[in-house]
Amino acid sequence: MMDRIQKALTEKGKKAFVPYIMAGDGGLETLKEKLLFLQECGADAVEIGIPFSDPVADGPTIQEAGIRALSRGTTLRKVLEKVQTFKPEISIPLILMTYLNPLVAYGLEKFSEDAAESGISGCIIPDLPLEEEDFILPALEEHEISLISLVTLTTPVERIKEIGSKATGFIYAVTVTGITGARNDFSEDLAAFLSSIKSVSRVPVLAGFGVSNAEQVREVCKHCDGVIVGSKIIDLFEQGDLAEIKRLVSTSEGVSLT
Amino acid sequence: MTTNTYDLPDEKGHFGNYGGRFVPETLMHAVLELEKEYNRALADEEFHADLQKLMKDYVGRETPLYLAGNLTEHAGGAKIYLKREDLNHTGAHKINNTVGQALLAVRMGKRKIVAETGAGQHGVATATVCALLNLECVIFMGKEDIRRQQLNVFRMELLGAKVISVDAGSGTLKDAVNEALRYWVTNVRDTHYILGSVMGPHPFPKMVRDFQSVIGKETKQQFFEKEGKLPDALVACIGGGSNSIGLFYPFIEDNSVSIYGVEAAGLGLATDKHAASLSKGKPGVLHGAMMYLLQDEDGQIQEAHSISAGLDYPGIGPEHSYLHDINRITYESVTDDEALEAFQLLSKLEGIIPALESAHAIAYAVKLAAGMSKDERIVVCLSGRGDKDVQTIKDRIGGGME
Ligand SMILES: Cc1ncc(COP(=O)(O)O)c(C=O)c1O
Repeated sequence: MMDRIQKALTEKGKKAFVPYIMAGDGGLETLKEKLLFLQECGADAVEIGIPFSDPVADGPTIQEAGIRALSRGTTLRKVLEKVQTFKPEISIPLILMTYLNPLVAYGLEKFSEDAAESGISGCIIPDLPLEEEDFILPALEEHEISLISLVTLTTPVERIKEIGSKATGFIYAVTVTGITGARNDFSEDLAAFLSSIKSVSRVPVLAGFGVSNAEQVREVCKHCDGVIVGSKIIDLFEQGDLAEIKRLVSTSEGVSLT
Repeated sequence: MTTNTYDLPDEKGHFGNYGGRFVPETLMHAVLELEKEYNRALADEEFHADLQKLMKDYVGRETPLYLAGNLTEHAGGAKIYLKREDLNHTGAHKINNTVGQALLAVRMGKRKIVAETGAGQHGVATATVCALLNLECVIFMGKEDIRRQQLNVFRMELLGAKVISVDAGSGTLKDAVNEALRYWVTNVRDTHYILGSVMGPHPFPKMVRDFQSVIGKETKQQFFEKEGKLPDALVACIGGGSNSIGLFYPFIEDNSVSIYGVEAAGLGLATDKHAASLSKGKPGVLHGAMMYLLQDEDGQIQEAHSISAGLDYPGIGPEHSYLHDINRITYESVTDDEALEAFQLLSKLEGIIPALESAHAIAYAVKLAAGMSKDERIVVCLSGRGDKDVQTIKDRIGGGME
């Protein structure tokens, strides 16, 4: 059976576009308007970043957005409370991207309960590999929140198979060996990497990390089911360039599902 | 409590609820490979022979176990022995670990090394073995630490390492680890990360402990030769926890030995300027492991404070976190002022200038000895020498002819 995220990413018959924003960047009161705007632009789901003091998987853009958000007093609790207030207006899945420690501090059970209550459909936890999943999986499963798995260019084939066979929601294919942030070009192995994941995954495969322009979106979408764009979206919001965000989000519409 | 069958970590690198491998997927392959290679090396006599040879001829082991007579007299109680890790090549215990890990890197065909450093001692020890084994070396160091450990920065550069300043956060050890991890994520295919303490993802806490255990093994033997029995107490300072676990580990199952770890209390535990992760922290996940951490109620990591750069870290390794919970080790803390006093005391009484980190252990040992009887005996890990700290101390207490 398809879960909510899977369904949203596949039902439109086009490649998926999932933007990432940092909760609390620009103030938590802007979260609603950003989400509604992205939904209206045609985003198929949105990743909401929870700021953390020590984001080791992130490059400068997301690090700085996190610092801005923290300096405005953003916390996981406040984000969940805020999302709760406009939940009926959001029809696309919301996925939290958060390091593990804020969840540990919140309490894993309580977090899963409150996140479900706020309508959160999934979680991406960059410092939680397969080996440690059991730490939180039972709590998330109980509240029907998908734990999104990451696969990277350094993940061996056997491991890709194992991750692919268990995945829920979608698989997050990390397109660079490195941290988040805009890049000019990708590894030559990218196409082969993405098709190897697709061949073993029972859920959609979305590529992210470093994707930052329309051309890259089209290129990457040729080999998988959609893209995730983070640092670039954050920059564009920071510059107030909503028109460009709209253009970027709609790029994937031109690429139909294969 | 009894610890007669102490056999941790388990296969997944857990010490009870602590430890584990909480790292980005990009690093998992490297972390699993490292574990495999480490296990292979452990079973390989040639690896042990190479390591032993370097430890003896290059590092200068074994280090003396010295009865500090004047300090003992000053404290007026138990006899105080010093395990002289300050006499190692490069001046601290850190090299025990870097030699082992660098040999592993070579076995894995990785010729590039990245490391973090706080006081600069681990950075110097890493740069040193990289020079010896002809490995490329990049060291991340917080801006604040670069300021207070100028001499060590220059030493690393002389040794051929590239030192990169980290401005983020408080510009101390935690921030340097973040950047080193980001660098490792980006360069993992040809780079080994020589972590400097018993923290990070499995197998680091176990592997670093094993390499540092030479301290405790020698101590046990030397103490037995001198006194014909086991010591009554052990004392060591704790940053991430490597010199301490190195001394303690071979004594873990000897329940007659009381063990004390000394954290940095900075300006005092009642202030928010300290590095006492066990006394004031809560379990959480940072830098690849579950451990006690200084954090706020939302799980944001707080900045630590200590006059000593090597103790200025908001966490304590997973094995210490576990040994604290089962009450095998007692964790105490010592303030900046007490450490400064002990720094001068040991210099004047014994002619040994200790590292500011080690001065924390000395300060606590003097208090502990005073409350013990004259026929009891304490071993303190003198983890490093204080040359690197002389400028800091001079700025604090004045002196010298201007
Ligand atoms: C001399 C000395 N002692 C102690 C430490 C603290 O580290 P650990 O707790 O890992 O021994 C350091 C760290 O830089 C050091 O240089």
